[in-house]
Amino acid sequence: MQITYSREERIEVYHFSLWVTVLVPLFALVLQAFLPIRLHFFSIFDLPLLVTIFFAVARRSQISGLMTGAIIGLLQDSLTHQPLGVYGISKSVVGYAASSVGAKIDVENPGSRLLLTFCFYILHQLIFFAVARGLVGTNLQWIWMHEIRGAIANSIVAVVLFYVLDRFKHQ
Amino acid sequence: MENVIGRHKNLANLVVLLVVLFLQVLGLAIQVKRPTDAGSARLIQVWSVSAMTPFMKAVVHSQQWFSNTWHGYFDLRRVRGENRTLRDELALMRVEQVRLMEDANQARRLQLLLGFKEKYISQTLAAQVISTTGSEFSRGIYIDKGAHDGVKQDMPVIMPEGILGKILRVYPNTSLVLEISDASSGIGVILERSRLQGILKGDPTGTGELQLNYIMSDERVEAGERVLTSGGDRIFPKGLPVGVVTEVAPGTDRTFLKIRVKPAAQLSRAEEVLVITKVEDRSPQLADNNQPVRAVDILAGRLPTVTPPAKDAAVPDDKPKAAVTGGTPATGVTPKAKPATGQENSGTGAVQSRPKPATGAPPATPRPNPDAATPGASAAPANPSKAVAEQANTDEPTAKDSPR
Repeated sequence: MQITYSREERIEVYHFSLWVTVLVPLFALVLQAFLPIRLHFFSIFDLPLLVTIFFAVARRSQISGLMTGAIIGLLQDSLTHQPLGVYGISKSVVGYAASSVGAKIDVENPGSRLLLTFCFYILHQLIFFAVARGLVGTNLQWIWMHEIRGAIANSIVAVVLFYVLDRFKHQ
Repeated sequence: MENVIGRHKNLANLVVLLVVLFLQVLGLAIQVKRPTDAGSARLIQVWSVSAMTPFMKAVVHSQQWFSNTWHGYFDLRRVRGENRTLRDELALMRVEQVRLMEDANQARRLQLLLGFKEKYISQTLAAQVISTTGSEFSRGIYIDKGAHDGVKQDMPVIMPEGILGKILRVYPNTSLVLEISDASSGIGVILERSRLQGILKGDPTGTGELQLNYIMSDERVEAGERVLTSGGDRIFPKGLPVGVVTEVAPGTDRTFLKIRVKPAAQLSRAEEVLVITKVEDRSPQLADNNQPVRAVDILAGRLPTVTPPAKDAAVPDDKPKAAVTGGTPATGVTPKAKPATGQENSGTGAVQSRPKPATGAPPATPRPNPDAATPGASAAPANPSKAVAEQANTDEPTAKDSPR
């Protein structure tokens, strides 16, 4: 299966309406904060991260992906008791990387979306831990099994979520 | 040509990435170096919390309304059976209550003798959980009560099963509660049986478990032992249930034990919580209508076998005080323990006609106690009220200087 673009193929760049650009990340943040009260397993998911990846790979603009990640990350930070910027930095890097990758490989098929989300989740967690431990001074501990489990769970949800969000794309 | 433009564009994008990251790192460094004042929040936090909480409140309250409607009108079938079961339970509880009350009264009398001051929960505020922080690594919840409802930073938050956390940040209509399972949380606790004190912290792996630190490795701690608040952190009143020891193992440094604790309250399932808005330092008293009374004292007052030790303060200095306090040697502390009740001049007769205390100890002869450690306890003062005030002043800093 070919997942990279050949020279002859044109890369499709998508746009979103202002409402979608604003409301989808906000809705993801609200769900992320609200659902774990009733569905306790939900805390393993990171909906804001999935939304960041989706917008970044769809727009295929590094600046746009970077800014989307930074804003969503900072908003997520503002709900926690951590200093602002821990999620902000992680999601900025992921947004930038996702848009860079989105310009090079086909991100429309479920297989590549699964793989992409898995890798970006691990990257996000690595940066998050590095920042939280190195800059903020928390004593968080990395557990590989937990992170792998989280990456798999988020990848599966991402496939479904991206399929739903595809409806809002404008070419 | 396209390649050159593309390369320059990529370089420019990379520079933007580095600038954005640099700004955020700089912001982080400033926040770590200069944290905000206690309880205050940054503007972006106020905006985002204010923007999200109305939606969450609406969802939670409508869900609660539907739930109440369902339980109120459609779920009445079980009520009769449940009522019968509860009546049976109540009968058993009454028997148990009588036994516990005797113990409680005896403890209260001994506390009176020692001039002991307890922290009483005198005011609480019920609150509804409206959301979480949305992060596995920041274990906190938002409640629907804030500064407008009288909530302040560091107020303890409890559930019926045990403690939940403390208020970390206060917004006008909501508050952020830091759960005890957060890695940055720390509370003073005591083991119920062994009376060992330690500090309980959240597990840094983010699993939501608790770790009891600073218990020496030569101490004996068993799984199943209950963990209570020690009051040493000056946030949580003493004696509230915290959890149960689940695992004890030697620590990595062999100096301290590695103790895991399962929280008494189901932290992840908190829906309604109580914020303790007022805690008072009080000497234990059995009957006092003007001040907050503990539930056990109310129950004690309804039983005919209970003697009113409130009259203790009314015993003149030349009366045999030890007879009032169940045979304990008179220390001179007894009159001090009943301040400002206005019964000093009216209750003498009641004291004299009082039945023998439950402890069954014979009345002691009035004599100064040479072993009394409390200042002013060795001699009965001429003015008991004044002595009470002096004692309270002496005791106040002592209570505040309790070990952390």
